[in-house]
Amino acid sequence: MSDQQHNQAGFDAGPLPPAGTRPHETYVHGHHWRDRWEEADGAKLGMWLFVCTELLLFAGFFCAYAAFRLMYPDNWHEASRYYLDWKIGFINTGVLLFSSWTIVMAIRSLQLDKKFAAFIYLGITNACAICFLFLKITFEYIPKWQLGKLPGKYFNYPNYGPADPAVIDSTTLPEPAGPLVDAGHAITNGATDMVASAMNSGVMDVLPIAAKAGEEAHHVPMPHDHIFMSVYWISTATHGLHVFIGVVLITWLMFRVMGEHYGPRRYTMVENVGLYWHVVDLIWIFLFPLLYLV
Amino acid sequence: MSDHHAHYLAGKGSTGKTIMSWVWTYDHKKIGVMYLVAVLMMFFLGGLAALGVRAELFEPHYTEFVNDDGQVVADTKGYKGAGSDFVVPEGTTPEQRGVMFPNITVTTVETNPDTGERTEGTKTVTGNNIYNRAFTLHGTIMVFLFIIPAVPAALGNIFLPIMLGAKDVAFPKLNLWSWYIYLFGGMFAIFALIQGGVETGWTFYTPYSSTTEWGNVTAMVLAAFILGFSSIFTGMNFIVTVHKLRVPGMGWFDMPLFIWALYATSIIQVLATPVLGITLLMVVFERTFLIGIFDPALGGDAVLFQHFFWFYSHPAVYIMILPGFGIISEIIAVHCRKRIFGYRAIAFSSIAIAAISFLVWAHHMFTSQSPVANVVFSALTFLVAIPTAIKVFNWISTMYKSSIAWTTPMLYACFFLFCFTIGGLTGPPLATLAVDIHLHDTYFVVAHFHYVMMGGTVLAFVGGLHHWWPKFTGKVYNETWATVGGWIVFLGFNLTFFIQFFLGTQGMPRRYATYPTDIPAFEIMHKISTVGSWLLLLGFLIHLFVFLHSLLAGKKAARNPWGGLTLEWETETPPLEHNFEREPVMTHGPYDYDTARPVNADPALFPMPTDTPKAH
Repeated sequence: MSDQQHNQAGFDAGPLPPAGTRPHETYVHGHHWRDRWEEADGAKLGMWLFVCTELLLFAGFFCAYAAFRLMYPDNWHEASRYYLDWKIGFINTGVLLFSSWTIVMAIRSLQLDKKFAAFIYLGITNACAICFLFLKITFEYIPKWQLGKLPGKYFNYPNYGPADPAVIDSTTLPEPAGPLVDAGHAITNGATDMVASAMNSGVMDVLPIAAKAGEEAHHVPMPHDHIFMSVYWISTATHGLHVFIGVVLITWLMFRVMGEHYGPRRYTMVENVGLYWHVVDLIWIFLFPLLYLV
Repeated sequence: MSDHHAHYLAGKGSTGKTIMSWVWTYDHKKIGVMYLVAVLMMFFLGGLAALGVRAELFEPHYTEFVNDDGQVVADTKGYKGAGSDFVVPEGTTPEQRGVMFPNITVTTVETNPDTGERTEGTKTVTGNNIYNRAFTLHGTIMVFLFIIPAVPAALGNIFLPIMLGAKDVAFPKLNLWSWYIYLFGGMFAIFALIQGGVETGWTFYTPYSSTTEWGNVTAMVLAAFILGFSSIFTGMNFIVTVHKLRVPGMGWFDMPLFIWALYATSIIQVLATPVLGITLLMVVFERTFLIGIFDPALGGDAVLFQHFFWFYSHPAVYIMILPGFGIISEIIAVHCRKRIFGYRAIAFSSIAIAAISFLVWAHHMFTSQSPVANVVFSALTFLVAIPTAIKVFNWISTMYKSSIAWTTPMLYACFFLFCFTIGGLTGPPLATLAVDIHLHDTYFVVAHFHYVMMGGTVLAFVGGLHHWWPKFTGKVYNETWATVGGWIVFLGFNLTFFIQFFLGTQGMPRRYATYPTDIPAFEIMHKISTVGSWLLLLGFLIHLFVFLHSLLAGKKAARNPWGGLTLEWETETPPLEHNFEREPVMTHGPYDYDTARPVNADPALFPMPTDTPKAH
């Protein structure tokens, strides 16, 4: 497609400014492509394929979630209510949704040749990403770490310490469908003590969980809480890693935008990072209700 | 800028510049050649491990299993009594233990998770451990480092853009990245396999893989994770290239069938590999953070791993075989000089196989899941036979009444048809539930998948290598010796693996370092199999020397030695740096042997059907 046809194709970006000397205007497409728009189309198709791989990567976590939810339904329900605070997750969802809008606006600004607007929008997107990570680490990861709500074997059961195969096998409930109270008797007694002592020591006062601790002091830890926390940690941490990669990419884009490498004739990379960012957002939109709300 | 009219292998001035022109190349052909060298080296390494495994099984060894109190609880003649810990006593000689490999003592460092205290100790690695490491080395190298990249990343990289009339793949830089990721992952894997070794088998089944203290499982699993990226990037690159860079005038149904096969392969690579990636990552988490998801002792589910693993690894079987199908379609059409029978049927059956491949993973778990799931997956598995049979029938129909040229590639295509059909037809017995319970984890399974993987993909790969060798190296190989090598490989292969079907039905389990001394049939069959493996080595060494001789002393190859009609035969030999002098024009389909004359070929050698009176 020529530049002319590209405009007629209805990008709604107004007529292209005449080619000048700025880097994005003098950009020469790869020798094996017909023109830059073909190249851009190819790049976008490639990015969509990559997006598919990202979704399938997280599909592994979702399947693990589904499998264990079926195996331990009530445990899953209780653990979600007791260990996770929907408020932080909710704020983070809003932050990410907003950032998805700002990165689209950055692309739009480039199409309209508004360099500074694009830079500002990318900056806001980046700020949102960093905000997401900050909230996640400060109000979720660190408190959970301090309380010993770690994945798997490092999970700290009240009175029992780390999840121990021997303890879980012999004294607790191997039957997920069985009556929980009887088999979990030993743990139940310890649980209230643990929460009470944590409150007394002041550890929990600063934590989001503290508000719930009062009204749910009678929460009964269940034998597979540590599996829930495993799924929580590995899926949110992998997602967090993707957010971090997004920060790196968007920062790089900000430098490139200031260097006038992108403009109305060349913005594929921004679009592709945008696609990536939407997927990171999308994955969170599924993780949030599954882990925090359901 | 370099000279675009030089062929791609031409040197670039000084030696240093020439080396750099390979290291930083974006040229798909050079990247493909580097891949080719690497996968052939991996094939050699994996093959050596297989020879070691076969040598160990040449004869049974009397082995005693002793419990902690020194009582013999079992030996290879049978089970002696109660006892749970089978420990080989200190001081037993290798002869007594009855394995070929001697014991070795390794230093271990164990870290106490609570105190962080490190204690050094020593551990004796028994010969059986070494056996386990040898077959794991064979499996992981052959699967992740040889057979998955062999056809797509090596031959596919070289020929996919040329056959489409494109100058390069869609993303040349990503292609180079893919190669270096492969190189990095490969070195990681070899380090893990040699330094310490891995005993899990290539399947990394939990909970053994997540709890074993032996060897470098974490490093090996990470290596497979890294290699996955390489595979995904190649797949993405090919899909976009096929969609966007076909030469004008080439519709989807004007593409050579090799491209269709690579396209179907790429779809599986892109859609299945991420699931393996996350699974392996979870095994790493399992080992490092003890997350317990796959550990039944912690309430996890070990079978969940098998679901995840086979959701990738069953489609991966088709990543391995589909490109082989593509090569066979090319070879048979070109060397039989006939329009391929049922072009669309072959093309669509590739896509059908790719689609069905995602629905059959649980047939690897007939002994570990619910009967209902078994019935469903058994039924779905039978579906695979349909598109596969369509292909085989179409190839045979193409050969019928054609003028077959008995070249090495054609010979290999026939070997493929013979061996792959055996491999394919032994699939339905394994998909049959009642039979599979008996055959599960026996040598029958080993023979079945070697007939598909080696009798299918490897034979197709070697055939394709001979088919395109003159084109991408520009040198002629010695046809006589290549034929001799081919026959020896064929005989050696069948000698090695056909007997294993019987070994399996007689109950010999796979992955065992030895077998009972009191079943003579086992010993005879294992001996035949091992002798076959030596023949295979001989055959492949002949091929190696034929190729080396061709590179060093071969005559310059013609532009179109086989009279092919696909676009790669229209360009120079070896191809130009940008593949074509000018953009090729599509004047005929890839298999129009009845209406089109091959360019660059002597018309006397490749007459049209209309040149000679029809014989009825």
